[in-house]
Amino acid sequence: MEQRILLGNEAIGRGLVESGCTLIASYPGTPASEILESAVVFAKESRAKIHTEWSVNEKIAYEVALGHSYTGKRSAVAMKQVGLNVAADPFMRSAYLGVKGGLVVIVADDPGPHSSQTEQDSRYFAQFARIPVFDPSDPAEAKVMIERALDLSETYELPVMVRPTTRVCHARQNVQCRAPQEIYRKAEFKKNPGRWVATPQFLTTLHRELNDKVDIIGSLKNFLPFLTKGKGALAEYCIVSSGVAYANTYEILDELGFLGKVDFFKVDLPYPLNRDFIQKVNTEYKKILVFEETYPVIEMQFANQSICGRISKDVPDYGELTPEIIESILRKFLPAPVPEKQEAKEIKGVRPSLCPGCPHRASFYAIRQTFPKGIFPSDIGCYTLGMNFGAVDTCHCMGACISQGAGLYHAYAADGPDYPTIVVTIGDSTFFHAGIPALVNAVFTKARFILVILDNSTTAMTGNQPTPQVGIMADGCAGNTVFIPDLVKASGVKFLRQADPYDLPVFKNLLAEADRFCRKDDGGVAVIIAKHPCIMNGQARKQQVVYRIQVNEECNGCKVCLKRFECPSLVFDENKKKVFIDQNSCIGCGVCPSVCPAGAITAEKMEVET
Amino acid sequence: MKQRIVISGRGGQGVLFVTRLLAEAGLALGMDVLTSETHGMAMRGGTVISHVKVGGFKSPLIRRGSADMGLFLTLSDITIHGDFVNTAGYRVVNTNLSGEYLFVDATTEAREMGSLLVTNLVLLGYAIAHRTLFCDAMVMKKVIEKISNNRNRELNLVGFQRGLELKGGQQ
Repeated sequence: MEQRILLGNEAIGRGLVESGCTLIASYPGTPASEILESAVVFAKESRAKIHTEWSVNEKIAYEVALGHSYTGKRSAVAMKQVGLNVAADPFMRSAYLGVKGGLVVIVADDPGPHSSQTEQDSRYFAQFARIPVFDPSDPAEAKVMIERALDLSETYELPVMVRPTTRVCHARQNVQCRAPQEIYRKAEFKKNPGRWVATPQFLTTLHRELNDKVDIIGSLKNFLPFLTKGKGALAEYCIVSSGVAYANTYEILDELGFLGKVDFFKVDLPYPLNRDFIQKVNTEYKKILVFEETYPVIEMQFANQSICGRISKDVPDYGELTPEIIESILRKFLPAPVPEKQEAKEIKGVRPSLCPGCPHRASFYAIRQTFPKGIFPSDIGCYTLGMNFGAVDTCHCMGACISQGAGLYHAYAADGPDYPTIVVTIGDSTFFHAGIPALVNAVFTKARFILVILDNSTTAMTGNQPTPQVGIMADGCAGNTVFIPDLVKASGVKFLRQADPYDLPVFKNLLAEADRFCRKDDGGVAVIIAKHPCIMNGQARKQQVVYRIQVNEECNGCKVCLKRFECPSLVFDENKKKVFIDQNSCIGCGVCPSVCPAGAITAEKMEVET
Repeated sequence: MKQRIVISGRGGQGVLFVTRLLAEAGLALGMDVLTSETHGMAMRGGTVISHVKVGGFKSPLIRRGSADMGLFLTLSDITIHGDFVNTAGYRVVNTNLSGEYLFVDATTEAREMGSLLVTNLVLLGYAIAHRTLFCDAMVMKKVIEKISNNRNRELNLVGFQRGLELKGGQQ
């Protein structure tokens, strides 16, 4: 046993390797991205033979893991909470049909949300599917729960979910590590059509069996919540908590002097909630407070109207349970002094922005300049930040932009031929994830819009994971490369061009040409691939020409570059009323000179250092 | 010993690296460590904050007004996150402007050394030399050697050393 400092996601990755998983599939998404990456590192370190993969989306990752488990081997799938929406189809049915080798489903929730499009509670989703779910409160516990989940999964032949939240995924802690467990199992798929094919006639039985399994798990003694006993006058009070809300509550109870004075339960398995526990709490306590994130999953299972929680709105029915919120609720619930209200001043920090030199900025600038009255559906990734300068009008869920573009087109086209130009932007990884069926559908149904695939050859937002077109798999080995232009052509697209958005004049001309194609009699969807590597890619950066950028006296302070180009390296000097270049952050991409209406920004090609 | 530390800066300034260094230093000293970090979109140049708690805590988060010290990688961060630090706590700021805090111009020092990437290490060295943190320079040097990648190890150590030697200013 050795202690290591691990990020929550690294602890989870470590847990998967230690407990003998032989396949781990994932799609990157904050706050879950580091799980697979760390599993790759730990597998290499301990020479464990594990198939790791960045699948093209979460549904596929789930199905790959499911197939692996059918052979009796242990497998895992990791995703962020909205990834489970994509994987909902296989997830729901896998509860009925079950698994053979242990299957742990790791779904990272994001109460707040900090980096997501919803703050949905995946424990609710687990309950909906009737799949047991663990709720870790810190990284060390998350690692232990991976092992517990796999054991439970194998015992009952049921997928089991582990649901960490952002504050667990992105916490670091000293964690006990041990050598990986070596489980030698030969792949053995036993045919059983009544189960693995399960036509409707079999499903009543499978549903009943599932319910029986859940009933048994809900009565297991080893999932009785852990009690920190209270001694003293507060016998009628109890607090029930799980996940990081437990950790926050523990610390605040301690500070307020109530730890050990009021009964305080920690729930490891929020669903199915232990039945004896439900009975005990409902009969022994008069004042019950529940802290959990983000929906009232535990609270609902008590079916007790008098509970203080998210349903009763004693706890806000939305949002992260920060220590500040927990403290103010505890002070009301317990006989604790309420301090004078202090004005909490939240000052907003600097908003995030595309990096200096980001090729997406050039693409967005060209799109907005070419079509000032255009409509710009977009999608999920770094490029969502295009909203900062008016080049992103919608962002919904992975891949939605293409079909939303089609829907917008059909609405405007029905009103007459003078429809606005619709320019849809999608990243390369998002295109692989959910863009391909959407493109086929748009071509087939005669939609007319420009689709710009922002191909920076990586999944940038989540830490630069490779895509199928990069051709490198999660473990660093070469895969079989799949090319975006081939996919676009195969989708039936008749207009396909590729250009580097750094070359603004060429790129703008291409956009105008694409618009003409859309409006031709036999026009349709026009696709432009905006190809330039992410500037976070060090290798690609080295091959890029570097310019020394300066602002001369011609600058009249019009701020067009700041508003329309929004590069963090363009800074306004409030005293001189002129723009200057922040040479510390400027990478010398050389694009901004063609943005300045006064011609005040100059670029001088630099000698390449060797 | 228990200490609650916040580290505030812009995405890309090395807030996460300093967080890791402090966590590893806690481990080297046999202390329990918990941190909380910002990942994802906010790291694209947005304002980010890390929390580090050493010496037996349960929650990874620090409430406003309860940190024992704060490291601020730009002056503007102190207007945003300065109130995380309690009134008796240390605030260590990368700036050349004096104020009610300890300060050092780590950016200029780092630029003189040829890489702005070590700004964070200059500031960390300065904070350790002024005894504002739970660990000493010896422990931190070993941690920097351990977790730096091969390309940056030397530069990181030199940056840290520069920070240790700087006088800086205080009020």
